[in-house]
Amino acid sequence: MLDFVQQLVSGIALGCVYGLIALGFVLVYKATEVVNFAQGDLMMLGGFFAFTFIGILGLNYWIGFAGAVVAMALFGMLAERVVVRPILGYPQFSIIMATIGLGYFLRSIAGIIWGTDDLKIETPFSQGVLRIGSLVLAYDKLSVIAATVILCALLYLFFNRTTLGTAMRASSENMLAAYYMGIPVKRVVSIVWAISAAVATAAGVLLAPITFIHSNVGLVLGLKAFPAAVLGGFGSIPGAVVGGVLIGVIESMAGFYLPQGWKDVAPYIVLLMVLLLKPEGLFGHHARKKV
Amino acid sequence: MRFMFKTDYEDDIKLFPHGGYIVTYGILLAFLAVAPFVLSSYLVSQLVFVFIYATVGVGLMILTGFTGQASLGHAAFLAIGAYTAAYLQQYNVPFPVYFLVAGVLTGAVGAMVGFPALRLQGIYLVIATISFAFIIEEILARWESVTNGNEGMRVKALQFLGATVSRDSPSFYFICLAVLVLTIVGTLNLLRSPTGRAFVAIRDSETAARSMGVNVSLYKVKSFAISATITGFAGVLFAHKLSFISPEMFTLQLSIEFIIVILIGGAFSPHGAVLGAIFIVMIDPFLTYLKDDVPGMVAGVAATFGAGAEMAAKIKANVAAFASANGLKGAIYGIIIVLFVLFEPLGLYGRWLKIKLFFQLFPLYKRATFKRQKIYVKSERNR
Repeated sequence: MLDFVQQLVSGIALGCVYGLIALGFVLVYKATEVVNFAQGDLMMLGGFFAFTFIGILGLNYWIGFAGAVVAMALFGMLAERVVVRPILGYPQFSIIMATIGLGYFLRSIAGIIWGTDDLKIETPFSQGVLRIGSLVLAYDKLSVIAATVILCALLYLFFNRTTLGTAMRASSENMLAAYYMGIPVKRVVSIVWAISAAVATAAGVLLAPITFIHSNVGLVLGLKAFPAAVLGGFGSIPGAVVGGVLIGVIESMAGFYLPQGWKDVAPYIVLLMVLLLKPEGLFGHHARKKV
Repeated sequence: MRFMFKTDYEDDIKLFPHGGYIVTYGILLAFLAVAPFVLSSYLVSQLVFVFIYATVGVGLMILTGFTGQASLGHAAFLAIGAYTAAYLQQYNVPFPVYFLVAGVLTGAVGAMVGFPALRLQGIYLVIATISFAFIIEEILARWESVTNGNEGMRVKALQFLGATVSRDSPSFYFICLAVLVLTIVGTLNLLRSPTGRAFVAIRDSETAARSMGVNVSLYKVKSFAISATITGFAGVLFAHKLSFISPEMFTLQLSIEFIIVILIGGAFSPHGAVLGAIFIVMIDPFLTYLKDDVPGMVAGVAATFGAGAEMAAKIKANVAAFASANGLKGAIYGIIIVLFVLFEPLGLYGRWLKIKLFFQLFPLYKRATFKRQKIYVKSERNR
């Protein structure tokens, strides 16, 4: 029983990691219907920025964290301006390919600049564990869970309660109509990329003690976070976190109870089954096209 | 300027719209026929890879380019073809038999993937095909009694008509060429048949196709099956060419490469698959060439502009250091993909069509002819 609870908790912690990255996917998709395959790589780059500020320049952890978030928000805007904006409105597949290309580019540039070693950031959460009875939880994992919950709540409120959030939803629904209603669609898209890059950076920095930072971390985690976002129904913020937690729990349970090899495929098998039964994911909404 | 008068439907769907086509393709085929005897063995080997990649490209094009169903799982189909060949070969099954079995088996798996894919759209389909590819990759690594797991399988030289065809011999080259040519001709014939028209109708608008009486589900599954079959055939050749296969060869990276083939070549014509395959196979040797020769060239240019010998040597060293940086290849890859999506969405073949039209219409060519229509009302959720 204790094993089960321990696995469950570590699965949830892992799942929050995926959820945090999946949030970035969902944000961009929700506002622009663009699927950003480079999301994991934005996270990786954010981690490297934070490493530069904290590990190399020797800034305080929180100042370095904030600096990395701001720098990456600007970078997200730049990426949107250069790569995505010119092809907005074209078939989705071109945009997917463009972001895959962007991902390739970021990975190898990061590898050239920061080398291929695993890097580590000293964080206030690096040491120490929380003990509840005989349950053991590391602080670094707790910090990820807390951050996921807070970010998810903030973003949910932002999208549903603020004017800018409503503008984003409107421009995702129908870009042209939103434009006619006086919504500055281009600026909205730009802001959404900034937010999504900032969220990715937060994920990257919080993950640094757990996964370390190397140029492929974004690809590896991105490929897990992606099913999480799909499982939750691509356009739903709470869905992303629920999907992430599900994937994390399935993975950690499969790793513990099933023979070797199942750990890596179990999330994908579950994903395929869910898609078969509910093609829009768990929280996705389905609308019929009117002809 | 050539004027073509089409007076009936038969004129419209001719394989060779006019005699010029027969001449140019005849010359191309003649060149390819003598190529293995005049070109260096390295180039011939690269050509074989071009043929294999182009075959996969044509297969993927039927699915993605003509039916509009994205797939990032074609490496898995290639793997199924390759492993079927390697497995059956152990039991001395003759080449024509396991070649066909590999195609049929891969096609069956493709149809099986097609059924769940019926309900999925856009991004959900992409992720479903990625998941499928991951599962196949893991099965190949774990089903050790059949696939020998991560150790991989050796593939013996091909036996055909009682002769041993080694992977570097001209005969193997001709087998690959024949498969590619048959695939292309078959695809062209398919596309001018009712099935092909149905595929294109589904791509352009599923709702419209359905209301015209096209059985969308049936044709989507057909498209998956045909695409997978072709990829399975290519897989057999791929296994023989490499003579060794293991699960880590058939990763997402390879699937992305196949997509790049049709993206860079142009996803609307088999020409594109061939051009894209040439591009993806030749980019490696090209980058190696850059790495070796460009530093010297840059230093030479610097010297002619009046840089001292010391300065030139320094520039050369710097450029060489940059060119041999680890992972530069990935960056170049990425830039190329982004540039193509942004500036040449119709691919290399599209560029060729533009150049051709420019001279045909000279001086009346206008750029807007090939302009893509933006669809801002595009919520793919409401399809």
